[in-house]
Amino acid sequence: MGYASVLQCKECGREYPLEPTNVCEFCFGPLEVQYDYKNIAKVMTKESIQNGPNSMWRYKELLPVAGDDIVNINSGFTPLIKANRLGEELGLTNLYLKNDCVNPTHSFKDRVVTVAATKAKEFGFDTIACASTGNLAGSVAAHAARAGMRCFVFIPADLETGKIIGAAVYGPTLVAVKGSYDEVNRLCSEVADRHGWAFVNINIRPYYSEGSKSLGYEVVEQLGWKTPVHAVVPAASGSLYTKIWKGFKEFNQLGFIDTPTTQMHLATYTGSPIVTAYDEGTKDVRPVKPKTIAKSLAIGNPADGYYALNTIEETQGSATAVSDEEVVDGMLLLAQTEGIFGETAGGVTIASLKRLVKQGKINQDDLTVAYITGSGLKTQEAVEKVVQPLHVEPTLNSFEDALKATR
Amino acid sequence: MAQAKFRFTFPQDLVTEPIIYNLGRNFELITNIRRANVTDDQGWVILELEGDQDEIERGIAWVTENKVRVDPISGDVIEG
Ligand SMILES: Cc1ncc(COP(=O)(O)O)c(C=O)c1O
Ligand SMILES: [Zn+2]
Repeated sequence: MGYASVLQCKECGREYPLEPTNVCEFCFGPLEVQYDYKNIAKVMTKESIQNGPNSMWRYKELLPVAGDDIVNINSGFTPLIKANRLGEELGLTNLYLKNDCVNPTHSFKDRVVTVAATKAKEFGFDTIACASTGNLAGSVAAHAARAGMRCFVFIPADLETGKIIGAAVYGPTLVAVKGSYDEVNRLCSEVADRHGWAFVNINIRPYYSEGSKSLGYEVVEQLGWKTPVHAVVPAASGSLYTKIWKGFKEFNQLGFIDTPTTQMHLATYTGSPIVTAYDEGTKDVRPVKPKTIAKSLAIGNPADGYYALNTIEETQGSATAVSDEEVVDGMLLLAQTEGIFGETAGGVTIASLKRLVKQGKINQDDLTVAYITGSGLKTQEAVEKVVQPLHVEPTLNSFEDALKATR
Repeated sequence: MAQAKFRFTFPQDLVTEPIIYNLGRNFELITNIRRANVTDDQGWVILELEGDQDEIERGIAWVTENKVRVDPISGDVIEG
């Protein structure tokens, strides 16, 4: 058995049994998993964690699953590296990168989907589904393959085919929906309502989103059981950002660390309603139509926007929106100083980090962790301009001439 | 009979219009508001509509034509 106790409404506090549902029947607010921390504390220790598997399932007690039948492609326990060259570039001496590009399907989505797929199986679903233009689709389809479940991936009909190969290869049924982004959105919510399917980010969302807490736990463990002074986290719906903070707080509650004082910095695209609200000093998140090169963060109506703004307030953090140009520069800087090819979301993180240092929000020696959440191989077109070969004849002279010209 | 939950966002010039009242009058729909927030320059309402599926869709189309933004209550579900 597991340690999750109930689902609780984040708005009115009403409690519900652990079922595949994501909204409060009373106020339609979002539901969140609650745990029995008293009993977790009896079995979970630093030692038990350290003796656990080298995946995010070493934190199983804090994930909302009941049994041992995990749908596991080995998500998590990714490297945390000290970034000396990037740090020098930015004026930071104590900078770390959490490299989540190296997950099985090359993004942090494997963390949320392993929980969602496990939970879907526990609930007895035979079909798992999502709507996605990239990372999530690949992860859901891979986990479905591993679990032997039927899989549906909804995509907008105008999505370039290249974007979806990384999901199609695992054999899901692709449903290309004609119509606007909003219409695809609406259709999926309706399908989730009508069919007995596990829609990972709709009816399974309370469980799904808990997987992101592992990005908090791992960083604490890898830093030697402490939290950073600053964390810089890319945001779309704002879920990952809020859950990393939840992870820090849970580790404190279990006595593994002192009260966390991390300043949580949210990083996203220009126009994000979360940043607009932050800049205006409100918590009113007004939906927009996103326009950005950072497609993985292009959410115009962020489900957790309001809660992300609460986390900013609670941690004296910040929210930064960066331009397409800054995103590309950030990707190149990261790749060319640390050898990590992050996707556009990684560019967003690095560009935001750069701004935060410039603004004096992060000081030179502050222990800082920047989250790189997906691989650049998925968004290669963003940095096409880097391909500028030396053109030479197949002779040594021609090569030497070309080489001279580069000096 | 079908039920569907939505979030309506009203721009400033519509905050004072009885859109939801008219939605219930002009269409065979029962409107049931669960949460709302109205500020000086905009407002949102989270509500459930009950009626025939086709009627719900006609009602939503009419509301949208009237410059009200209609979203699913769970936010955007097409993720990157
Ligand atoms: C690579 C990457 N980073 C970060 C995020 C942010 O996720 P969230 O919706 O939890 O804010 C996403 C979401 O799609 C993503 O694909
Ligand atoms: Zn509620």
